[in-house]
Amino acid sequence: MHLKYESVIREALVDGNKDYHQVTEDICAPIENPPTKLWKIGFFLSAALLAFGAFSVGWEVYWGTGVWNLNKTIGWGWDITNFVWWVGIGHAGTLISAILLLFRQGWRTGVNRAAEAMTIFAVMCAGQFPIWHMGRVWDAFFVLPYGNTRGPLWPNFISPLLWDVFAISTYFTVSLLFWYSGLIPDFATIRDRAKTKLRKRLYGLASFGWAGSAKHWQRHEMLSLVLAGLSTPLVLSVHTIVSFDFATSIVPGWHTTIFPPYFVAGAVFSGFAMVQTLLVITRKVLNLQEYITIGHIEAMNKVIVLTGSIVGVAYLTELFIAYYSGVLWEQEAFRLRVMGPYWWAYWAMMTCNVVSPQLFWFKNLRRNIWFTFFMSIIVNIGMWFERFVIIMALHRDYLPSSWSYYTPSWTEVGFYLGSFGLFFTCFFLFAKYFPVIAIAEIKFILKTSGQNYKDKMNAIEEQSDEHFIEEQSHHH
Amino acid sequence: MSIKKFAVAAYDDEAVLFPAVKKVRGSGYKIHDVYTPFAVHGLDVALGEKESDLHIAGFIYGITGTCTALGFMGWIFTTDWPQNFGGKPHFPLPAFIPITFELTVLFAAVGMVLTFCYLNQIMPGVKKHIFHPRQTDDLFVMAIEVDDSNAAETEAFLKSTGAVETNIQIAESEWWYGRFDKKEDYEIQQQLA
Repeated sequence: MHLKYESVIREALVDGNKDYHQVTEDICAPIENPPTKLWKIGFFLSAALLAFGAFSVGWEVYWGTGVWNLNKTIGWGWDITNFVWWVGIGHAGTLISAILLLFRQGWRTGVNRAAEAMTIFAVMCAGQFPIWHMGRVWDAFFVLPYGNTRGPLWPNFISPLLWDVFAISTYFTVSLLFWYSGLIPDFATIRDRAKTKLRKRLYGLASFGWAGSAKHWQRHEMLSLVLAGLSTPLVLSVHTIVSFDFATSIVPGWHTTIFPPYFVAGAVFSGFAMVQTLLVITRKVLNLQEYITIGHIEAMNKVIVLTGSIVGVAYLTELFIAYYSGVLWEQEAFRLRVMGPYWWAYWAMMTCNVVSPQLFWFKNLRRNIWFTFFMSIIVNIGMWFERFVIIMALHRDYLPSSWSYYTPSWTEVGFYLGSFGLFFTCFFLFAKYFPVIAIAEIKFILKTSGQNYKDKMNAIEEQSDEHFIEEQSHHH
Repeated sequence: MSIKKFAVAAYDDEAVLFPAVKKVRGSGYKIHDVYTPFAVHGLDVALGEKESDLHIAGFIYGITGTCTALGFMGWIFTTDWPQNFGGKPHFPLPAFIPITFELTVLFAAVGMVLTFCYLNQIMPGVKKHIFHPRQTDDLFVMAIEVDDSNAAETEAFLKSTGAVETNIQIAESEWWYGRFDKKEDYEIQQQLA
């Protein structure tokens, strides 16, 4: 007997009575069946939202960034708030697929595909904001270091805003490659069981002609491992560099060394919340509850309570350091955050990010679907306010005549709504045409972590040591 | 194109596959390839495959990225167009680190994926012979190259190793440009025969 052992105390990662073929059937079903009514409605709404976003952006490009309510002190407004928020959301996917791979967390296999797709779409949304913020967007390529006829005049390589260009585009590219290399064998699975000619042809193209040769799998494993090793520092670097946009300035309230770790923790926090929002719905709609189990949801809620607490400590540290620095401007910046005109944003952030996630210390709340869904929305609202609070810190500068109170114009709100349109349009297409769960990876863990296989272990667990040793030694 | 004859065996469990691989190799047969629906750990060792050197390629690409970033930015800031940014030095190494790091990762990742595709000979538009439609689903498929003299004997031997299905196939052993929704000429002839 080929004994694959994992403690029965560990929760099964795949529920129900599954074999390899059943896994394929379950995960391919949404792709092979016609789209449901719910899917059509959702897709149509997302596309409509995307169209409205495109209109808002078109309006802004035609009239110029003046249609946004930016002013002398608030130069970034909702636009960069949304950028940082979306980039943050785009952190969970690679964290799940890369860092949890290195930590050998088996539960990542159930959620990594969808989480990584979410990462890629979130980074696509994030990228829109700085690009359209440029105003003369047709000159956006000026950020690239190409040999131009103006000297050549190069971009400033020591500006954090240029670091962002490199960080976000590298992150997007590497995440996409990592995600797609995992998809190739699964596309081959869909291709080989396809009934229609069109599906055979398209998935044949998408699968790159993968056949599943042993040597190819060996290289595939090596590729995944090294890409995971590369993505792990990468995912930490991206939000670190985003935080440098603020931290390397010499503006009170922004010039703090705590920003990089605090931004990364916040990014993981909001990213996992968004994964929960999507997967709680996806598992229900696509009938994948046996692959994305309550155990998976609980594991992610544990990450949320941990990172939420880190973020909470960071907020308190910031306040303390502002007080302890003895710098008048720093103290005033933080007094205004807590008690100034934007006090409501600060307290919304504190409540949503620090206070409410503490409820996840209770096990039955961590394992409650409705509560998880509700909290995932709350956390994302809180994290949006965190970025808003930081950017609004500038509403009062050194010159009282410039003091202002910023509220967004309809084009800014429309742009934000449009980014949701883009995100969900992509996600709906993904959920219909892509295997939402990594088929090959689930098969890999099935015999150690599938419920029916774990149940078989109970008999072996109950054996006495002598009996077990004797039984095993007969087979070798 | 090289069309060859293969004895093909399909196994439904990796626990049967491993002893079968051992037995087949021990009896002197040369395995063309084994196709599995997922990465079966230890199968590469059982087949006598060397460990992949892909990670070494990745390291070389990464170092190339590091040197490119540092060299390019250093050349621009010190030679091509030296500028004074707030009195900072012309070669501000700490401020070069973020872009250097990003390019290291970018070069390593892109290079490795391209190398992976090249080594495996996979690309959009590439087609390979699929010995069994369920080799990407739930079967583990072994193919052994045969000729007319030993085909029947090899198939019988494979049957004895615990295969759930065996057959003889005429198949293209390399890759070619093709579409998966179309049958190739040799496949049609085989069906007629």
